[in-house]
Amino acid sequence: MTALTHDDVDVRRQEIELKVAARRTVTRRRAWIWGGRILLAVIVIGGWQWFTAAGWVDKFFFGQPTEIWNALVHLFTDGTAFGTIWENLWITVQEALLGFLLGTLTGVVLGILLGSNRYLSEVVGPYIRIVNSIPRIVLGSIFIVAFGLGMGPKVLLAAVLVFFVVFFNAFQGVREVDQNLIANVRVLGASPLQVAAHVTIPSAMTWIIASLHTAFGFAIIGALVAEVLGAQHGIGLIISEAQGTFDPNTVFACMVIIAIITLGAEYLISLLEHSLLKWRPPSRSEAQSI
Amino acid sequence: MTTVSEQQRRGRAPAPGAVSEDAARIEILGLTKRYLTPKGETFTAISDVTLSVEPGQFCAIVGPTGCGKSTTLAQVSGLERPSVGSVTVGGRMVDGITDGVSYMFQADALFPWKTVLANVVIGPVLLGTPKREATALAMDWLRRVGLAGFEDRYPHQLSGGMRKRVAMAAALINNPRILLMDEPFGALDVQTKAIMQNELLQLWEGLRPSVLFITHDLDEAVALADKVVIMTSSPGSVKDVFDIDLPRPRGDVQEIRHESRFLELQGQIWSSLKDEVTRAYKQSAGAAA
Repeated sequence: MTALTHDDVDVRRQEIELKVAARRTVTRRRAWIWGGRILLAVIVIGGWQWFTAAGWVDKFFFGQPTEIWNALVHLFTDGTAFGTIWENLWITVQEALLGFLLGTLTGVVLGILLGSNRYLSEVVGPYIRIVNSIPRIVLGSIFIVAFGLGMGPKVLLAAVLVFFVVFFNAFQGVREVDQNLIANVRVLGASPLQVAAHVTIPSAMTWIIASLHTAFGFAIIGALVAEVLGAQHGIGLIISEAQGTFDPNTVFACMVIIAIITLGAEYLISLLEHSLLKWRPPSRSEAQSI
Repeated sequence: MTTVSEQQRRGRAPAPGAVSEDAARIEILGLTKRYLTPKGETFTAISDVTLSVEPGQFCAIVGPTGCGKSTTLAQVSGLERPSVGSVTVGGRMVDGITDGVSYMFQADALFPWKTVLANVVIGPVLLGTPKREATALAMDWLRRVGLAGFEDRYPHQLSGGMRKRVAMAAALINNPRILLMDEPFGALDVQTKAIMQNELLQLWEGLRPSVLFITHDLDEAVALADKVVIMTSSPGSVKDVFDIDLPRPRGDVQEIRHESRFLELQGQIWSSLKDEVTRAYKQSAGAAA
């Protein structure tokens, strides 16, 4: 009896030790990763600071991290020539969001429509490829000439950039639908609308949501470029004004602000992705947490 | 509860007897199907296929790869239209989707974005059954295939055999008069396959739909079917029809394989199939060279 309990205790102790060791390995690995990340940031930013401070790189052209920080503080405390930074930021974000929504909506609707109709897609297909190959960013100039300096042309340019990304993904998504699934529900008596609701759209959703990550980046780019081309408010205007006054630090400061906004949006889209696509098996890249 | 599901199970065929039995007769007459290739050439998948399946009969179709077995099923379901000839189901010519048909494919055609329950419930829902009744019916079917407690799982969380059970429940929940099965167990390992074959036989014996069952596996065909149809290599047509007179219920599929009558039938069918398989192989080898 006593020997048995001894063995029991031994086994349990071994289990606990194994668990502790595993946890220690994971913690250590995580610490190494974060250490590496911080080191990399210190090397890049510190090197930049050092090179410009020592005069090997001209900070007049390339800016300097401490100066960028000062420019950021200046933007948020003193504001700009066109109102506070918050007002300008809000306008740019609004333009990007509206453009994102407009582009996504039209992209999804047209993508699913063309994807599920072979004749339509064969007729319109080549033209869409032609339009896709022209440099769409130049459309910004036309929009500003046509619609003035207000928010309209910015939203339009952002929407055009977003549209193609989402459209091609929705189109491809519909094309990749498992034909067996469609045959299955058709045999069960589904109408074309029910086929779309039960099969086509949910299946294309994976592709559409994957495209939203890139699409939001494009929306911000569209809004910014249109503002640089001509605007009365917005981050793009601050950038183009800073360019005119040889102030690279403010340009970098604006880049930092936009990067933070984009990362935030990316996070929200990831949340949406998780809740909409919870049926998917966990992908391998997620498991490895890269 | 039980009375509701009992009625539902009968659903499409409320009056059992001569009428409903007749509704499940499949008559294929001189069926030819040609496809237009993108290059503008015609390709004949099946030519002049004639065969009939009696109501409640289990008919297996065996033939070399690419001989148009799946094409035949698509004509019966009404997903495609024949080029020449006709398919008649229950005395009515097939024109558009045939009523009361269920399909089961080799790839389990489950919706990966729907839970197990939602996958099974879709059949009655598409027929317009009220949600509550449909759910009760689906729960009952999940219990029958041994998946009670798995309602909220997604297909990727199940094993291959469990996914097949879901597909089986989804195919049978509407009480189809005709069940079309396109190599349903082709992708399973040998043990799971045997288990699924036994379960299919049990469920089939309870409902008795007419079955057209495509397979490459001769043993499977002989063990399950009342009738085995051999198709020629492409373009496919009916070469031979064998009646399988093994008594029903068949019992364990694994055990029946050792009976002398089984082996005798299997040998006869194989000698008929062998030539076709060799010919199909030579054709494809010739095309590849």
